[in-house]
Amino acid sequence: MALVNPDFVEEVKRSDRFDASACMNCGVCSAVCPMGIELLPRKLFRYVLLGVKDKVLENVETIYSCFLCKLCEVNCPAQVHIAENVRFLRYYMNKKVFKI
Amino acid sequence: MPLPIGDTVGILADNLRIRKSVLPVSAESVSAWAKGLGLPRGGETILYTGRMYQLIPYIEALNKVQEKIEDSWIADFVKVGRVVNRFINVSGLLAVPPKSMRESCSRILANIARLLGQAGIEFGYLYEEDLYSGALVYDLGVDDVLEAHARRVVDVFKKYRVRNIITVDPHTTHMLRSVYPALIKGYNLQVKSYLEILAERDLKPRKELRLEAAIHDSCLYARHENVLQEQRTLLEKAGIDVREPAESGKFTFCCGGPAESLFPRKAKEYAKKRVDQIKKVSFRAVTMCPICLVNLQKAAGGEIQLEDISSYLVQAYCGG
Ligand code: SF4
Ligand code: SF4
Repeated sequence: MALVNPDFVEEVKRSDRFDASACMNCGVCSAVCPMGIELLPRKLFRYVLLGVKDKVLENVETIYSCFLCKLCEVNCPAQVHIAENVRFLRYYMNKKVFKI
Repeated sequence: MPLPIGDTVGILADNLRIRKSVLPVSAESVSAWAKGLGLPRGGETILYTGRMYQLIPYIEALNKVQEKIEDSWIADFVKVGRVVNRFINVSGLLAVPPKSMRESCSRILANIARLLGQAGIEFGYLYEEDLYSGALVYDLGVDDVLEAHARRVVDVFKKYRVRNIITVDPHTTHMLRSVYPALIKGYNLQVKSYLEILAERDLKPRKELRLEAAIHDSCLYARHENVLQEQRTLLEKAGIDVREPAESGKFTFCCGGPAESLFPRKAKEYAKKRVDQIKKVSFRAVTMCPICLVNLQKAAGGEIQLEDISSYLVQAYCGG
């Protein structure tokens, strides 16, 4: 069972750089992603918004495999800044997990 | 076992912090392309390479090593590598590129300088102070290291009273035009790609090329920097019948290169898909980014002929 971590939500929300709340979970991003990244960004963003930190940490490889190519972003009907949100997750991982 | 992400990102970030570049390249190699061109040092307008073309041969050589390490038990030693790398330049020792590759990258930069001269642009160059922009470390999200480095880069611009920057690749263009202004207070440099400058100047070709070629847009130019029409105008005026592969222009497919530092095998698999799309419209293709060029070339294995756009432009607009 996935555990919700309220501190994680707070930490992420405190940053104005993570903003995926407009996501309608329509799936366009996953459909167009050249890497075939099914998880990114919609499910992963949902995990972040819900505070399911374990699920986010389980998907480190996915977070770092994104090209930041923005093909998803130009097709997103809600204009979510997908690439910048992915970059923020990397920043978070670098700091909190890898201690870089 | 895949390459350990944290340690690989750590090595690249440490290199930028300690050695001012993700992969250390000697000051001599950075400016070797400008030898004999008589470009003045600094000035109000400069050609800024951001070391991207110069770095490519070294990235290539290192990736060959990484590809072998990926999925082997040695991947575990990258952890040790990060600690040692802080004291000894491990990535520099591993990456020894062939001379021919360094020469072809130098030729691209010399061609760009020639094209700008042909367009009547006066510009200087920073030689060994032409620093890397930090693009890869930005992509990997090591923002604190990037910020400190960006300040170093901007200090060099201030030292030479630079106001206008001409870039040669999409990554450096994006960093200096869209990323740095958010990092550095009061940043007000005018940044343009040489393709934008050449298109603005309405250069007249001296030779018509009469050939066809597919165009592979860079994601950064197409979706971040809105450089889409300039390359097409310049190629068409040069007499090239520009063929558009499936997914081009604003919806271009990535070359796979951004995944190369962490997942070299995935990067190659993806580049192969792009090569297949290109092959369907032409056996010849032009790129405008050093990362696209090298990644697609590797995946194509000679099946298509890939060239940097400047190679065609110099033939047409400078007459060879
Ligand atoms: S395309 Fe945009 S709105 Fe749709 S799921 Fe992806 S991020 Fe959400
Ligand atoms: S930026 Fe590109 S690689 Fe990353 S999720 Fe979007 S489409 Fe996929």
